[in-house]
Amino acid sequence: MKIIHETGKYVLLMKRVLVAPDRWRMFFRQFPKELEKLGLNSMPIVIIISVFIGAIMTIQTKLNTENPMLPTYSTGLVTRDTLLLEFSSTILCLILAGKIGSNIASEIGTMRITEQIDALEIMGVNSANYLILPKVVAFVVMMPFLVIFSMAIGLVGGYAVGMFSDIISTADYLLGIQYAFIPYYVFYSLIKSLFFAFIIASVASYYGYYAYGGALDVGKASTNAVVNSSILILFFNILITNIMLN
Amino acid sequence: MITVKNVDKIFGDNHVLKNVSATFEAGRTNMIIGASGSGKTVLMKSIIGLHRIEHGRIEYDGRNLPDMRMSEIRRLRREVGMLFQGSALFDSLSVLENVMYPLEMFAETTKEEMKERAVSCLRRVNLPEHSYKLAPSEISGGMQKRVAIARAIALQPKYLFCDEPNSGLDPKTSLIIDQLINEITREFNMTTIINSHDMNSVMEIGEKIIFINKGEKAWEGTKEEIFHADNEDLNDFVFASELYKKVKKANQ
Repeated sequence: MKIIHETGKYVLLMKRVLVAPDRWRMFFRQFPKELEKLGLNSMPIVIIISVFIGAIMTIQTKLNTENPMLPTYSTGLVTRDTLLLEFSSTILCLILAGKIGSNIASEIGTMRITEQIDALEIMGVNSANYLILPKVVAFVVMMPFLVIFSMAIGLVGGYAVGMFSDIISTADYLLGIQYAFIPYYVFYSLIKSLFFAFIIASVASYYGYYAYGGALDVGKASTNAVVNSSILILFFNILITNIMLN
Repeated sequence: MITVKNVDKIFGDNHVLKNVSATFEAGRTNMIIGASGSGKTVLMKSIIGLHRIEHGRIEYDGRNLPDMRMSEIRRLRREVGMLFQGSALFDSLSVLENVMYPLEMFAETTKEEMKERAVSCLRRVNLPEHSYKLAPSEISGGMQKRVAIARAIALQPKYLFCDEPNSGLDPKTSLIIDQLINEITREFNMTTIINSHDMNSVMEIGEKIIFINKGEKAWEGTKEEIFHADNEDLNDFVFASELYKKVKKANQ
């Protein structure tokens, strides 16, 4: 029953969010700020995680597939496909659900408990639309760039393993990441990431918007936002993969 | 003028407001008083429409709030200013931007005119010019209240609501804020409703006073009548402090 109630509340909130803003001028003032806060400021963590995962994946693949029957380029190929199909979309989004989800939920939750949202409502502003829409749109716009960036940096991480160690030669690695490349995998990954970006921003906004009580409750709202958006990401991952790859 | 007729509000099993009726007149400082938990904040939030009432009428110059659609409520709220207990200023905006915010959202004027209007509101509440560019967290509680008043009057509202305007302020600053609210009420002929349990405020600016006790309107009158009221609960509330006990003795 609680799930049905929460889902209904979420849908009703989205109905208020996904309408034309009261003032486009105000929307376009918020939008670049959100692009910077949610997108550009996530770049450092995307770089750090992608480069290390790319490198580790290359090492693990090479060390666990030391079979002379396997072609030498297979390590590069496996690293590339893992990055393209799962890491740079799903795993990256799970990590960003922690960073961005808690950021959004705590920001909106704090505005709720300090009556700033009530102040907006009393002015006659559609507070849900004013606060949430720029965040959702900005994150959905930025996510494909973050995913492509993560793919590129992850591949560079794998290449660095070839350069700085003798685990794999750079020539084999480069051959592997170019071998049997399927461009549709990138498209699939980007489509998934758009759904995940919407889930992260909207679910976190939902928990923040309905936060109630004090600072402790804002913390609980942040935790709920991260946990539930992560579960939804995993669920939609299966659904979208079945639809697009099956 | 705001008229409240037979209003009931229930939260779960808790009947918070019981058949409350009252009239709040324009150009006067109307005060809702009562002990903590008596239902005065629920009454104020119900009047504004932040709580949906179970039964009754809330009329803003004849327009019944519970009958309105959300779009109509939003339009009505542009005629409403509110001063919150914690000021509720937007953290991400400067003092000047906070006051400009309702103008940017709803006024059909140029940016320059908006700025002029915001500055005139800030001057009206006697806020020093050097603070205009500061963030709300960089100014004192009293100054935050002044900014909140300036923001509330930026669109020249017909109705002003103040929820515990003196909460957290020292007596001198409280007096200044009270007087400012009183002056502005007369200047703009607004219907002002103040929610308070501060008897100093009541004595300073209260013109019409409504006493709420256990969710019911227990008494209504003026500040002159309050000392002679024949209501045990009101007397318990008013004469809880030694100061007002002495005032009562002196009056007798």
